[in-house]
Amino acid sequence: MGVSATVFEVNDTGPKDAIAQRLRDFGFVAGEPVRLVARGPLGADPLLVQIGYTRFALRRAEAARVTVSLETSP
Amino acid sequence: MNGTAATLRIALVGNPNCGKTALFNLLTGTRQKVANYAGVTIERKEGHYLAPSGRNVRVLDLPGAYSLAANSPDEAITRDVVTGRYPGEAAPDLIVCVADATNLRLHLRFVLEIARLGRPMLLALNMMDAAKRRGIHIDVAALAARLGMPVVETIAVKRGGAAGLIAQIDAFEPLAALGAVVAGGNVHIPQAPSAPDLHAQVRVMLAETVTMPRRTAAIDDTLDRIVLHPVFGLAILAAIMFLIFQAVFSWATPLHDGIDAGIQAAGAWLGSALPDGALRSLLVDGVFAGLGTVLAFLPQILILFLFIFVLEESGYLPRAAFLLDRMMLAAGLTGRSFIPLLSSFACAIPGIMATRSIPDPRDRLTTILIAPLMTCSARLPVYALLIAAFVPQRTVAGIFNLQGVVLFTLYLAGIVSALLVAWTIKRLRRDKSEHALMMELPSYRVPHPRDIAIGLYERGMIFIQRVGGIILALTVLLWFLSSFPAPPVGASEPAIHYSLAGMIGKALHVVFAPIGFNWQICIALVPGLAAREVAVSSLATVYALGGNEDGLQAIVAAQWSLATALSLLAWYVFAPMCISTLATVKRETRSWRNVVVLAGYLFGLAYFASLATYQIAKALGA
Repeated sequence: MGVSATVFEVNDTGPKDAIAQRLRDFGFVAGEPVRLVARGPLGADPLLVQIGYTRFALRRAEAARVTVSLETSP
Repeated sequence: MNGTAATLRIALVGNPNCGKTALFNLLTGTRQKVANYAGVTIERKEGHYLAPSGRNVRVLDLPGAYSLAANSPDEAITRDVVTGRYPGEAAPDLIVCVADATNLRLHLRFVLEIARLGRPMLLALNMMDAAKRRGIHIDVAALAARLGMPVVETIAVKRGGAAGLIAQIDAFEPLAALGAVVAGGNVHIPQAPSAPDLHAQVRVMLAETVTMPRRTAAIDDTLDRIVLHPVFGLAILAAIMFLIFQAVFSWATPLHDGIDAGIQAAGAWLGSALPDGALRSLLVDGVFAGLGTVLAFLPQILILFLFIFVLEESGYLPRAAFLLDRMMLAAGLTGRSFIPLLSSFACAIPGIMATRSIPDPRDRLTTILIAPLMTCSARLPVYALLIAAFVPQRTVAGIFNLQGVVLFTLYLAGIVSALLVAWTIKRLRRDKSEHALMMELPSYRVPHPRDIAIGLYERGMIFIQRVGGIILALTVLLWFLSSFPAPPVGASEPAIHYSLAGMIGKALHVVFAPIGFNWQICIALVPGLAAREVAVSSLATVYALGGNEDGLQAIVAAQWSLATALSLLAWYVFAPMCISTLATVKRETRSWRNVVVLAGYLFGLAYFASLATYQIAKALGA
C-alpha cells in the first residue's frame, strides 16, 4: 500500500477506447506521479489511485491500461 | 431577443464535486424551480436572483462533467447546454466555470477545454476556505492573466461567500460580448486537443501560480484508511445502513403520532360541528381519514432524506460504492449503482434519474430495472401500519427494537431480490464487453446545514403537494365510489358493500383471494396505482365508510389474519403499482418495452411472493 510510480503511458485496448480517453482526461499522462492508496475488500478490486490531487477508483481492467515505471528508491 | 437586456442568463459549469450546487443554492436561495417528479427534470436546475444593479440573473446549475467528450447522459446535457445545442435553450450569456481550489490539477483542464469554445466566461475558485486551511496559496491575478478571463474566489458554504462572484457577474456586459459570438448561434466544438496538451498547460500554470504544501488533505488520508479498510470499512457501512432504518422508525414515532392525533382531532371536531350527511361523510371519512394517515409519514420521509443528504454531502457515498463495487459487479451492477439505488429508498423516481451518472448504458438499464425493488418511502406507510398492528413493541438482544428489525428485514428482502434480478439480467445479456467504473472519490466535507435544509424543504414540499393534489383527488374519488350507489332500503350490511367500490373490490377479490387479500385491500390497490402511499389512506377511507369508528391500525389488528398481513407485506416488497415510476422509466429509457418488462416482472414476483407467504403462513397456522 502507498506504492508510488510515474505514469509512462495509457494504452488503448482498441480503436476509440473511451476508457483510455477518460483516463487521460483524469490526468493519467506521461510523467505524472501516481500512488496506489487502497484496494477493495473483495479480490483487492477496485484499486484506489491518486493522480494529481485527486483519487480515482479504478477496476483492475481499467488500471491495466496504464503503464507506469516504479520509482527506484532514492 | 426580447427580455435578454433585462435578464442575464448564466450557467454554472464544472467538474463533479466542485461545489456548484452549493454555490447555486447560495446565489438563488430558495428561489428555485423545485425539480418536480411530473415533468420538470433534475437535469438543468434553474433559479434566479436580483443583482445589485437591479438586473435579473437566471442561473442554470448543470450536471458535473469531466470533459466535453461526454461519457454519460449527464455529461451530454452539460455539453449540449454550454455549446448551445440543447433543444429550447440558447447558449448562456455567460459561462461561470466553477473549480475546486484544492483540486485544480484536474479542474483546470476542464476550464481550459471550455475556454476553447470562445464563449464569454469567468472562473469561480470555490472552496477557498478549505484551500487556505490546507495552506494552499493561489496567485489569483496571475492565474486570471494566464487564463485570459476574470477569476474570483468563492466560499459556497459561507454567507456572503459569493459576493465577489456576484459583483463580477454584474460587471459583465452581454452586449460587449455579443460582437464576438452571434447570439443564439451554435458554438462549434473545436477539435479536441490531445489530453497531454491541456495537462501540460495546466502543469505550467500551476507551477507559476499555486503553491501547496501537500497534494492531499491529511484528514482524507486518515479517514480513508479507516473507512476503506477491508474489515472496518464494511462494518461501518453496515452500521450506518442499520442506523438509518432504526432512526426512520423510532425517531419519527412521536412526531408521527402527534400529527396523526392532531388531524384526527380536527376531523372529529369538524364532524361534531357538521350535520350528518354526505358532506360530513366526505370530509370526515374521506378527506381527514385519508389525508391524515398519509401526512403523518412526513417526519419519516424527512428523516430518511436527511440521512441521504448528509451521506451525499459528506463524500461518503462514493466510498460506499468503492467498497461494494466488486460485490455489485458479481451481481451484474457497478459500485456506481449504489448511489441511485440508495436514493431509491427515498423514491425510485429521483433514483432512476440519478442513474444518468452511470456511463455504461447496460449498467444504467439494469440499475433502472431494479431501482423499484429498493423500498421507497411511499411503502413506509404500508409497512409501518402493518408492523405496528402485528409486531409487538419489544426490545430484542438488548438494544434492538423488534419493529425496527422487521422493517430492516423487509428492506433486506427488497435488496436481495434486486441482486437476484440484476444477476439474471446479466446472465441473459449477450453483450459481455467490459463495463467501466472509473469513479472519483472526493474530499470529505462537513455537510452544510443550509444545503441540507433547502433539500429537505424541496422534498417536503413535493410530498405535501402530492398529498394535497394527487392523493386528495384520489381519496375523494374513492370516497365517492365507496358511497354510491346508496344501499337498498333495509340493507343489513354497511353501505360500502353495495357501492361501486365494493363491486370493484369483490371482482378483484377473485384474483387476489389465493394470496389472502380481502376485498377491502383489493379496493385500496386500485388508487394505490397512482401513488403507493394512497393504499393506506384508501384502506382508512374504506373502513371508515364501512362503519368502523376505530383507528385503522386497531381495525387491521382485529380483523386481518397474520397470514394476510404478511402476504400484503410481501406484496409491497415488489409492489409493481406506481404509475409515476413507470412513466419515469419510459422517459429515461425512451422505450415502452422496458416499461412492460419492468411492470411485468414486478407483478409476477409480487404475486408469487405473496402466494408463497400466505400459503406457508396459513399452513403454519398463522
